[in-house]
Amino acid sequence: MSDAPLLDVTGVGVTYGGYVALDDVSCRVVENSIHALIGPNGAGKTTLFNVVSGLVKPESGSLQFRERQYTGLRPDQILVMGIARNFQQVRLFPVLSVIENVMVGCHSRLPRTSFRDFVLGPLGRDKVDRLARERAAEMLDLVEYRGDTKAPPSQMTLVDQRRIEIARALASDPQLLLLDEPAAGMNPAEASQLSEIIRKIRGLGRTVLLVEHNTRMVFSLADEVTVLSAGKIIASGPPSAVKSDSAVVTAYLGNV
Amino acid sequence: MFNSYTESLAVFFGINVLMAFSVYLPSSAGLISLGQGGFMAIGAYTSALLTAKDVPFALALAAGAAVAALIGVLVAAPAVRIRGIYLIIATLGFGEIVRILFINLEFAGGASGLSGIRPLTTLWYVVGVCFFVGLCLWRLRTLTLGRAILAVHEDETAAEAMGIKLLQTKLIAFGGGAAIAGLAGGLFAHYALFIDPEQFGFSRSAEAFLFVVLGGSGNPLGPVIGAAVVTLLPEVLRFLQDWRMSFFAVLLIGCAIWRPGGLVAARPPSRL
Ligand SMILES: Nc1ncnc2c1ncn2[C@@H]1O[C@H](COP(=O)(O)OP(=O)(O)OP(=O)(O)O)[C@@H](O)[C@H]1O
Ligand SMILES: [Mg+2]
Repeated sequence: MSDAPLLDVTGVGVTYGGYVALDDVSCRVVENSIHALIGPNGAGKTTLFNVVSGLVKPESGSLQFRERQYTGLRPDQILVMGIARNFQQVRLFPVLSVIENVMVGCHSRLPRTSFRDFVLGPLGRDKVDRLARERAAEMLDLVEYRGDTKAPPSQMTLVDQRRIEIARALASDPQLLLLDEPAAGMNPAEASQLSEIIRKIRGLGRTVLLVEHNTRMVFSLADEVTVLSAGKIIASGPPSAVKSDSAVVTAYLGNV
Repeated sequence: MFNSYTESLAVFFGINVLMAFSVYLPSSAGLISLGQGGFMAIGAYTSALLTAKDVPFALALAAGAAVAALIGVLVAAPAVRIRGIYLIIATLGFGEIVRILFINLEFAGGASGLSGIRPLTTLWYVVGVCFFVGLCLWRLRTLTLGRAILAVHEDETAAEAMGIKLLQTKLIAFGGGAAIAGLAGGLFAHYALFIDPEQFGFSRSAEAFLFVVLGGSGNPLGPVIGAAVVTLLPEVLRFLQDWRMSFFAVLLIGCAIWRPGGLVAARPPSRL
């Protein structure tokens, strides 16, 4: 494996009106790994995801993806570059059906609709539409979504909504998938099913950066664990080392 | 087949449907415009000045729509970054600026307007344009662009994170709306045969906005129904004489209470 990480975050700082949310945070994510990011509530995990996906501009530090500097790019450009995410608070598009939500994820990879497709669409012969529909169905299958695909997402359980959101992110064919607490609200069976799905996603050559409070899931799944506490990185390394780190035990694991 | 009264009613109804579509398209991206009368004026004047120079009607109409779209994009580029009430105020101001501009444009007849416009708009022309625009809007729902527009309306942050270019999507929606208003203006000018800046003022813009509020903005049928109610109902209610407008006001208030999403095409609630 090459030494250069897929994602390289260096010295990132974010403040919210004087409150330091991230302080000199550095983190390297190796290609094709499952990398977990853990830490207590309010540690800054979601903020770091927002920085990596371009929704929050860091005040200091730099971001590199495949050794290419991308600090300051817009979120849509970052998605095209190959980083996709879900949201801790599910943000599906309510007026679109389940399948249409996932189709939006495909947009950046679709060819333009030709005039022919535009005219013949009502006869069911729009190639771009068919392509997007097939790909979206494939992604819903991958995340083992079994519900109705034509209904609005609001009719689905929260667990299913999380699956749909992961499918939507996967539809953009990302090299790096950011998952923010995907197992929140899942029972143990659903959580272990999700673990399998995440392994499957990695098996497809993708890299996963995972924020999760379910420590059992994290330590069985991750190749690498980074611990964030009060905006600072306090430990990073293989799960076995992080698990026994005294600073981590005091700041996080001890009080779980 | 039609007497001239029915015919002119049908033509003005068709033009109103187009104005309703011109509000509907940007509104599906969350952009509320109270300045569509301004774009209608641009389309009306542009096409009328062109047909006066013997440019073919279809070409003149297209040119009016194109100029309106271009100006729409220029106006919207700074304005769509702001949302909600501020965009409404910006479009309102735009409508007024266009009106005052045409009052001061000597070659366009100034305040006394342009007369002697050639009678090129026929009922079938209006019907054709309405169907064309309506079908395009209907088809939009299943296109990448249409889904992107809806996604932007629902959640800008999530849309952007899913790779949708926010500014480009909004400009297409707003420019498209301006183009449709420009088409409506061109058809209007060549039917009314006389135009002046006052015909395209605030009341025109507010009326177009009303069509969509009344009919609903969930699909293109809403604006059509809204335009139908506002255009045709006053004619049907002639027997009420002076009470006509009062009846209309009551209808609107009733609508706001019982069908706040519009008569036929309510958007599903925008929350999970
Ligand atoms: N937009 C914002 N404005 C002000 N403060 C914010 C904002 N976003 C986050 N914060 C604060 O920054 C800190 C880090 O928040 P963040 O959401 O990144 O934490 P987290 O590690 O994801 O926590 P959780 O496990 O609860 O999701 C919190 O104290 C939060 O209140
Ligand atoms: Mg969080």
